[in-house]
Amino acid sequence: MDSEHVEFTKEMREAGYTILIPNMLEFHFSLIEKVLRLNGYNAVVLHNSGPGVMAEGLKYVHNDTCVPALLVIGQFLDALHSGEYDLNKVALMITQTGGGCRASNYIFLLRKALKKAGLSQIPVISVNLSGLEKASGFKITVPLIRQLVASLVYGDCIMCVSNQTRPYEQHKGDTNALIEKWNDALIGQYNKGRGLSRRDMRENLRAIVNDFDNIGRSRERKTRVGIVGEIYVKYSSLGNNGLEAFLQTQDCEYMLPGIMAFIEFKIDNRVEDIRLYGGSRLKKIFCQLFLRYVESMERMLIEAVAAHPAFVPPTAYQHIKGLVDGVIGYGSKMGEGWLLTAEMLELAENGYENIICTQPFGCLPNHINGKGMIRRLTEVHPGINIVPIDYDLSATKVNQENRIRLMLAVAKDAEAKAAAQRQLLEQEHLAEEAAAAWEARPKADSSK
Amino acid sequence: MSDCYRLGLDIGSTTIKCVLLDQDDHIVYSCYERHFSLITQKTRELLTKIDADIVKGKPVQLCISGSAGMGLALGSNIPFVQEVYATKVAVDRYRPGTDVVIELGGEDAKILFLKGTLEVRMNGSCAGGTGAFIDQMATLLGITPDEMNRLAAKAERTYTIASRCGVFAKTDVQPLLNQGAKHTDVSRSIFMAVVNQTIAGLAQGRPIEGNVVYLGGPLTFLSELRSCFDETLKLKGVCPENSLYYVAIGAAWQPSPLLLLSDCVEAIDAFHSTESYRALPPLFSSQEELNAFLSRHASAKVKKADPDTYRGRVFVGIDSGSTTIKSAVISENGELLFTRYQSNSGDPVPHVRDFLLDLRSKYPQWEIASSAVTGYGEDMIRSAFGVNLGIVETIAHYTAAKSFMPDVDFIIDIGGQDIKCFKIRGGVIDNIFLNEACSSGCGSFLQTFANALGYDIGEFAKLGLASRKPVDLGSRCTVFMNSSVKQAQKDGADITDISAGLSISVVKNALYKVIRCSGPEDLGHRIVVQGGTFLNDAVLRAFEKELNTEVIRPDISGLMGAYGAALYAMDQQKRHPVQSTLLSYEELAGFRQDVRQTRCGLCENHCRLTISTFPGGRRFISGNRCDRPVKGERADSGLNLYAYKQQLLSRLRDSHPADAPRGKIGLPLALNLYELLPFWHALFTQLGFDVVVSPFSGRSLYIAGQSTIPSDTVCFPAKLVHGHIDWLIRNGVGTVFYPCMSYNIDEKLGDNHYNCPVVAYYPEVVAANIPAVRSIRFIHGYLGIDHRRDFPGKLFALLRQYYPDLEKKEVRRACDAAYDAYERYMQDVRREGASYIEKARQEGRRIIVLAGRPYHVDPETNHGIDRLIAGFGAAVVTEDALSWHMHKEPTGVLNQWTYHARLYASARYIATQPDMDLVQLVSFGCGVDAITTDEVREILESRGKIYTQIKIDEITNLGAVRIRLRSLFAAIDQQAQRGA
Repeated sequence: MDSEHVEFTKEMREAGYTILIPNMLEFHFSLIEKVLRLNGYNAVVLHNSGPGVMAEGLKYVHNDTCVPALLVIGQFLDALHSGEYDLNKVALMITQTGGGCRASNYIFLLRKALKKAGLSQIPVISVNLSGLEKASGFKITVPLIRQLVASLVYGDCIMCVSNQTRPYEQHKGDTNALIEKWNDALIGQYNKGRGLSRRDMRENLRAIVNDFDNIGRSRERKTRVGIVGEIYVKYSSLGNNGLEAFLQTQDCEYMLPGIMAFIEFKIDNRVEDIRLYGGSRLKKIFCQLFLRYVESMERMLIEAVAAHPAFVPPTAYQHIKGLVDGVIGYGSKMGEGWLLTAEMLELAENGYENIICTQPFGCLPNHINGKGMIRRLTEVHPGINIVPIDYDLSATKVNQENRIRLMLAVAKDAEAKAAAQRQLLEQEHLAEEAAAAWEARPKADSSK
Repeated sequence: MSDCYRLGLDIGSTTIKCVLLDQDDHIVYSCYERHFSLITQKTRELLTKIDADIVKGKPVQLCISGSAGMGLALGSNIPFVQEVYATKVAVDRYRPGTDVVIELGGEDAKILFLKGTLEVRMNGSCAGGTGAFIDQMATLLGITPDEMNRLAAKAERTYTIASRCGVFAKTDVQPLLNQGAKHTDVSRSIFMAVVNQTIAGLAQGRPIEGNVVYLGGPLTFLSELRSCFDETLKLKGVCPENSLYYVAIGAAWQPSPLLLLSDCVEAIDAFHSTESYRALPPLFSSQEELNAFLSRHASAKVKKADPDTYRGRVFVGIDSGSTTIKSAVISENGELLFTRYQSNSGDPVPHVRDFLLDLRSKYPQWEIASSAVTGYGEDMIRSAFGVNLGIVETIAHYTAAKSFMPDVDFIIDIGGQDIKCFKIRGGVIDNIFLNEACSSGCGSFLQTFANALGYDIGEFAKLGLASRKPVDLGSRCTVFMNSSVKQAQKDGADITDISAGLSISVVKNALYKVIRCSGPEDLGHRIVVQGGTFLNDAVLRAFEKELNTEVIRPDISGLMGAYGAALYAMDQQKRHPVQSTLLSYEELAGFRQDVRQTRCGLCENHCRLTISTFPGGRRFISGNRCDRPVKGERADSGLNLYAYKQQLLSRLRDSHPADAPRGKIGLPLALNLYELLPFWHALFTQLGFDVVVSPFSGRSLYIAGQSTIPSDTVCFPAKLVHGHIDWLIRNGVGTVFYPCMSYNIDEKLGDNHYNCPVVAYYPEVVAANIPAVRSIRFIHGYLGIDHRRDFPGKLFALLRQYYPDLEKKEVRRACDAAYDAYERYMQDVRREGASYIEKARQEGRRIIVLAGRPYHVDPETNHGIDRLIAGFGAAVVTEDALSWHMHKEPTGVLNQWTYHARLYASARYIATQPDMDLVQLVSFGCGVDAITTDEVREILESRGKIYTQIKIDEITNLGAVRIRLRSLFAAIDQQAQRGA
């Protein structure tokens, strides 16, 4: 009820409070942890998982709340109750997008949970760009933003290329080993104050893509699967019951669109809002500039990957945006908004026509942008094969995997049909050629 | 032709199907059996038998399919094929030219669209409307599914049963039965519910037409179910030969390597021995612990007297519950003399008659002084047998619990279908928790599971005491539980572990879903547990363990409602002595019940009434949504702001200009257009349009639109939008206006003024999913009415695309009119609200703030709960009639939605008004209300107010709501008495 909450102060920061961060994307977040540490925050990304996390979530959060809140808060409380941290010298960090979806309320649900657990002395830091909450001990500065964005670019790059090499590697484990290597290498560079300038980035990205392209791979073509959805369940294995690990056993190649587009989408929303409803021009210009900056980083990433024709590069934000023109309005901005719809089309365009649309059970924006758009998408892109999967703490893996298997069976069926079609065409083509050759045969001299 | 046998196994959620094809593709062997979840054993037996009898050790192409077969197949390296895909393979082979396949299984429902782009739809997390659901309903009726089929053939009418999920349907069916609806009609209604669920949930807008094939157990065995499908789809589907085996046949056709069945059996054995499910600590670590537990609970005993020697006056208490009837007879001193616990088989009247006859004939020496009845069937039993008193369940239970522990401060009762908990403070019921329709998984849930696994409930629950590794099943609804159990069995959990796991999950459901507590300190220190479900020691133990506390379970745990009712009758007799009105032996012997159906003509709802007539001309009416046919208008307060809002909206709807040069424009009366109707209506009228508004929702309007709903878990008010759009188009409106709005009016009550995502963007769903909108002009651009200054320009830009002759000036004028009209409307509502409050205070009436969203004004959405409350004599006002009294104040949640900000503001206001109480309407599936409900509760409880929440969905029966409201009124009265 009261919104009196403990602020994370400068003194706390100076006293070296441990700042816990929930995990979402393994690679991205390990770099973010490093960046925060270099900026004087004693950050720790949480890796605890398992039934304890869920039990804590169910115990302290309203059970009808969406699963990301249950898991994120569950992960925090599980960590706090583990005895590993000094409860008087620890803070929690959580993002707050400020949109019209429930997710903006996670921070409040977290505080409620802390209060319920008798831990209300623990400060919670909101990471947001909307000025929703401020704390004297945590400041989002321009250099910090640049370093964070750079880390996300690296993360997206690794995610993009590694997912394209892993299914085909001739020597099992090459891809994961390379991910490890680059994680160490980048953190090594960060420690020496390197790796974050534009020049370093360009060089690193080139080297990363090159490295991955050098992995020995088979030339077969596997079923291509795209994953979209609510950001947490899409990326976090805790949220999606180990979806990636499951797909790795299913003889297919999967693609996860990067997080950069989501950041750009969130910035662009402010521009779109002003365009649709009116508002401050100054704010619009500022957001456009910020967007342009992030887009320039994205371009660097795309160029690096596109230099290797073996890889499908990430798609430029403006192109993704163009794909849903006439499909859904740009005002649909809550949660993943129109971007979710657009990413399905982006994936299909890049040959990932078989799509898993992940969403927390009862996710409100997904009623619109996910399930609500599937019918339309099958018209816009015939042949698109989308399966929506709900994630929920009690929804079982069996059910989810069964549905995914069905999607894969349909995909393989379509591939077989397409192959047969191709063969038929080829045969027809051959026959035509033969007929043409017959026609064009040197005519016997009829005068003889 | 192939050179070997091909074997396909289809292991579904409840049955195992098997088909063996010989070299000439002939089916040489097939079988269909229930597996009672003993999947590995059954599979093993089957393979061994086929190997010995037919295949005789030759290698076979074997492939497994089916939702429950996946784990087994993968664990033992046998090829697996997804079952829907297998169906498709079989249909392609045996029934080419099929357009659509509808396949219902134990827990799955599927539709395959084969023509054009292959599309497959399966039920998602919500598995209502399947074979398991039909079984569950049959259990409820006390008949077999086959009998249900026979009864359905003789049906005369169909009741509306919510088809969203089994639990919901149950809440609809149970009261129908309790109120005397015929089994024939109920049976058919259940089949219709399955049909609706399949179409609404799966087809999602793709028409089912052409050659339709029905597959799977329920559609094979139940001819009436097929006829319901035929009737709804307006076609004649085919249920082909081998319709049970299509999945198995498809699996057999799957190209797979040759295997020796003996090797497969070995692999299955090896697989079976792994235990890898998520386990919880056992309920008892030792026999001593169990013994200590049993002896401790053996001491909570009720005072008893010997019925054979007792002479004198007695009091009778009857608890006519959802699935059972409990009766108790006590002596003048409150000692228990005689009890009865029986199933009601869906029709309580004959059972109560039997009990009373038995009582009268066995103990003629007793003089029945007075009697009381409680429970779902209260009204009916009372009028049928002339019971003296009716008492709301919650009070009955408290009265009983007090006799065991006078200072009890928390009671939890888990019965067949409900969980009821109340907190007691200072001798009055201070807070009530009832399970919402979604988590009814209580006693009947355990029972259904026990039966499905082939046990009776007592035996099944006892097994759990011995479990070493109870399965962790979480705490959610039955449907999820089914698949969790499936998975655990796959992973090697035995029956004891599942039994214990289910008991623990019942407890967790009660604690974390219903009460939402985080520890024992939330509940109180003096806890009495009761209800039939707590008779199971496993549940009791799980409860104590979960809370880490010791509780009292009376030995008559299952009879507390009846015992409480008897005590109440005794107590009332002391205060206000009455003559017993209970039927005599002769009257009981000649008892007859006539049931007649009719339609109520008192309002436009035209409810279908079931009228039971009893000896002496006493009548009982059921099927009514409100109390008008029963009580007439006498009790009604006549102060109902919901009705007033409906009037205002109706008036707008009926107003048409004499001259409308721009023609018609349609507005769907749904979601945010409820409140903004005055705004848009004024705006378009001013622009020279004739505004056509869709009517208030009704069942048929909903059904007409349901086939285009893409998400079956979205809230009911959103689903209704489809019906409204459909209505407008069918009524010849060529232009429909339904704008997307991220933001609503800013009332300065919160940090922001969003609409929720569904309200904001539902027009996008309409555009993408209702094909008919393409034949009209559907204007659904983005607009922000909160930007008063920018709005006219933005609106102008949007409308000019469609009306090039529009001028900016007229749009500006229309906008002025719109904002004025909206302001007038809101003021009107506030003024009227204030006058109701004043009038109620003069008349000494209670004031109930029925808080929700503006679109809860829709009668199909609120199911007449407003009228129900007014019928209790209270004044009903809305949250937006009060919220303007308050200013923005800090809240414990991010307060960023316009409609929700009103909830917090009005709750704060109500907290200061002694004669006002809040009842919150929450639409099932509303994600935002997961946040608001906790906050509103906290605001009210911090000021000592009772918080009441009512979850609403498609559900049409108000029985549970009525109990809840009566409990609330009883508790408020008690509080007031205490305060006085």
